[in-house]
Amino acid sequence: MIRDLSYIDVLYLIAAMRWTLALTAIAFLGGGLVGIVVALLRTANWAPLRWLGAIYVHGVQGTPLLAWLFVFFFGLSIVGITVSPWLAAAAAYSIYAGAFLGEIWRGCLQAIARTQWEAGASLGLSTAQQLRYVIVPQAVRIAIPPTVGFLVQLIKNTSLAAVIGFVELTREGQLTTATTFRPFTVYLIVAALYFALCFPLTRWSRRLEGRLHVAR
Amino acid sequence: MTYSFQFRDVFAAWEFLLDGLTLTLLLSAVGMVAGLTIGAAGAAIRVYGGPWPRRIVSGYVEAIRNTPLIVQLFLVFFGLPGLGIKFDAETAAMLTLSVNLGAYTTEILRAGLEAIPKSQLEAGRSLGLSGWQVFRHVVFFPALKVIYPALASQLVLLMLATSVVSQISAQDLFHAASIIQSRTFRDFEVYAVVAVAYLALALIFRAFFAVLHHLLFARR
Repeated sequence: MIRDLSYIDVLYLIAAMRWTLALTAIAFLGGGLVGIVVALLRTANWAPLRWLGAIYVHGVQGTPLLAWLFVFFFGLSIVGITVSPWLAAAAAYSIYAGAFLGEIWRGCLQAIARTQWEAGASLGLSTAQQLRYVIVPQAVRIAIPPTVGFLVQLIKNTSLAAVIGFVELTREGQLTTATTFRPFTVYLIVAALYFALCFPLTRWSRRLEGRLHVAR
Repeated sequence: MTYSFQFRDVFAAWEFLLDGLTLTLLLSAVGMVAGLTIGAAGAAIRVYGGPWPRRIVSGYVEAIRNTPLIVQLFLVFFGLPGLGIKFDAETAAMLTLSVNLGAYTTEILRAGLEAIPKSQLEAGRSLGLSGWQVFRHVVFFPALKVIYPALASQLVLLMLATSVVSQISAQDLFHAASIIQSRTFRDFEVYAVVAVAYLALALIFRAFFAVLHHLLFARR
């Protein structure tokens, strides 16, 4: 039944943002865990580990996120797991975000001069202690702006989960369009809501970056 | 696990995959050329333009970069007909991808232009180079060299992002997958094959950009 677009629809759209945010949070957590492993693999001393990390990163960065979503949505049922859009999305986004975060964090680890490691070693710290007390505290500082920047990408890309029926902001927009038949207004509101989420983060990331350059 | 994988049905429908691949390549090519053109104009305005043109361009860049591509596609394909502006799916896809990439390349090219200090331009002039020579040797190639890696990965990302146009039923490679899926019910196999196809394309694109990098900068 077609009815008119009203305030309640806008409220529903705003409410649907919480699923966008929830999916972003899951993706960021899962992707963060994967990303730490990837960054460590990519900076490992043993070459085969580095290759493994490189294959993972290039494999994921060379395939569309949409393909991962579909492969998980249809693929997991093959191994006998009943797939909800939540599970498929969580898995696909963790893999996807892990590759990008891993690359960002690898760059940050490698930006710390070799001499810092050596200084740690000469103080008698173990490799783990060097990471914990010397490298990571410095790397985290330079990692924050690009990580926030990637968070914006992640928020935007959660919109693709709509295609496997995950109800978040974009899917809610599709559903609202179907009942009100006002696609222009609805998608404009959806776009504005994404903008409201992403723009402050973009500005914040840029400001952090600026501050970092001043400190140098 | 009792599932038996069956790729034969997928490859039997290779004509769909080939047609889809053609549109994916076409969209990538058009998107790249148009996106780079928009980006070059946008970056020039951002760096050398007056205050108002600068503000308009940065409004465009922020609006595009802070909203998802799929919503932009829906807005153009489903939304604009309500205002009496109608496109077929392929045109809507080309238009949206170009405008989308244009915003990203504006930012990248701007960073490149700003990486060239003004003193370099003055140095070029004082050596007696013409305006065109300064642009070519002092601005264009050095700036391009700085941003080349960022630009190349943005273009590969664009190629992968073209898969989203399947959602407005433009008949690209990803859309071909959903057609084959609905005919054969080989869900997993279809999307696995298509994922590998995109991976191959991404590697080919990367190789192409590496060769181009060598041709452009090997003797500079």
